[in-house]
Amino acid sequence: MCAMTSDTPHVSLDSLDVLWFQVAGTICNLTCRHCFISCSPTNKSFGFLSLQTVENALQESVEQGVKEYYFTGGEPFLNPALVPMVERTLPFGPVTILTNGTVLKDEWLQRLKTAVENSTYSLEFRVSIDGPDAERNDPIRGDRTFDRALQGIRKLCEFGFLPIITMTQTWDDSENEAVLSQFRQVLRSVGNDRPRLKILPRIRIGAEAERTCGYGEFERITPEMMEGFDQSQLLCSYSRVVTDRGVAVCPILLDSPDALLGSTLKEATEDFPLAHGACYTCYQFGSICTNPSTKRQDHG
Amino acid sequence: MSKGKGEPRREVFALFGGVYSNAPALQAAIEDALQQEATRFYCLGDLGAFGPHPDRVFPLLHEHNIETVQGNYDDSIGNGLDDCQCGYTDPRDNHFAQISYDYTLRKTSEANRKWMRDLPKEIRFEYAGLRFLLCHGSPRRTNEFLWESTTSTAFLNRLADEYEADVILATHTGLHWQRKLSDGRLFVNVGVLGRPANDGQCCVWYTLLTVEHNGNTAPRLTVEFRPVHYDHERLAAEMRSEGLPDEFVETILTGWWTTCMEVLPVKERLRGHF
Repeated sequence: MCAMTSDTPHVSLDSLDVLWFQVAGTICNLTCRHCFISCSPTNKSFGFLSLQTVENALQESVEQGVKEYYFTGGEPFLNPALVPMVERTLPFGPVTILTNGTVLKDEWLQRLKTAVENSTYSLEFRVSIDGPDAERNDPIRGDRTFDRALQGIRKLCEFGFLPIITMTQTWDDSENEAVLSQFRQVLRSVGNDRPRLKILPRIRIGAEAERTCGYGEFERITPEMMEGFDQSQLLCSYSRVVTDRGVAVCPILLDSPDALLGSTLKEATEDFPLAHGACYTCYQFGSICTNPSTKRQDHG
Repeated sequence: MSKGKGEPRREVFALFGGVYSNAPALQAAIEDALQQEATRFYCLGDLGAFGPHPDRVFPLLHEHNIETVQGNYDDSIGNGLDDCQCGYTDPRDNHFAQISYDYTLRKTSEANRKWMRDLPKEIRFEYAGLRFLLCHGSPRRTNEFLWESTTSTAFLNRLADEYEADVILATHTGLHWQRKLSDGRLFVNVGVLGRPANDGQCCVWYTLLTVEHNGNTAPRLTVEFRPVHYDHERLAAEMRSEGLPDEFVETILTGWWTTCMEVLPVKERLRGHF
């Protein structure tokens, strides 16, 4: 929920380094109970991107010197144009696909493998699983989703990809090491002998606000908190998201009316007010949406 | 002595990346560069870390008048910060990095720390009408990783525009690579002397950049990544006797990285063994 006041700090777009494509909108084959934009098979608040929209944005992004591209949803692989979109993007820069790993087809992976072999750039897969066993994962992501995602990881490894596993933390901090250790064992059992794991914080909006609770009114970024803070830690200072309804500030706040900033990248450069509870989580954890290879440091 | 317009001229630049206290590799690289007729020598920072006896690096830099950029490690050691600002996210990486950092901080003299404190964040000069920019990570941030597989050409062109440079030279990632940019401009990650390039070879790497010009046509730039062979077994023995992590010693002896894997993009990661 937005809580804009006259004191709310604003963040400028300092450098458009990262461009997101909301390729599947809010459409997903799963209905995860913690999804911050409440994706589901029936949530069509945001729809599929067309190949033409992606190509237009790519052209604009090259002019602006974008460094890397992320494809998300919903479940990106539900969009029938995803594979051609990635094939068109890889000549321009690195691509990361955020997937739930449950709908992967050999034919798509073979094409993507060929595309990345012919590219200078990396193609990263980030597979979401919310724990190292079905007992933790399935109550959040749905029945049998643990086994299905694990099969997806096995398939990715068979094609020579080395996915990053992302898990939303629904357990106590003290359990992190045990969870990671168990996860490494599980991943080795499906042929992933170099586990890459990333723990994400819960974003308490959308479905997650219903499952647990949303942000309190004091969980907001204040001007005092921004004093001496390196704002380049915040995604909104170096990124924008292309959706079928225009360009949004970040992939987390899509449901907020103020998130849509314009119809093109050039129109979406205005400063953004950090008026949301989710901004507070972004502030606390920093760069939660980007990969470790491009994580921004708060020194230097 | 100045030469007339139209007369061919040639300058060879020797560019050394992170030294990581590997003084024998720096010595070998200097000797190799001299044999290759290098006339100008630069180091892009991160003098300490990883290896033993950090103070052994500085006399070599001074003796050969090697102009040096301040790396994140030099900033940290010079100013006595709590950590190296390497930006690892994996607790295992941070554990090993901290052992190495504490050792290096303890073993670096106050005179050398002061020298590092005063190093510039970048070096700029012009040669043959080309604007050179030497930095550690990227022109905009000392500890930014510019990996080959995650850095678009469009982005590098933007950096060259914004920072008004025709040739950008950086290090920090530990892996050497180059990219031709628009309008004849160039980006080079010069590699590092401190540890092997995660390719199963025990050598380390530096860069020779040759500029040929005659005043009439556009200067010709040639990049050569040079392998440096040195007594790596002796270095490994010294690392062991100084109590540095076995994981680091293994990298020196095998050429494969054993730590800092999490920050690698997938393409670079798949080329390695771990």
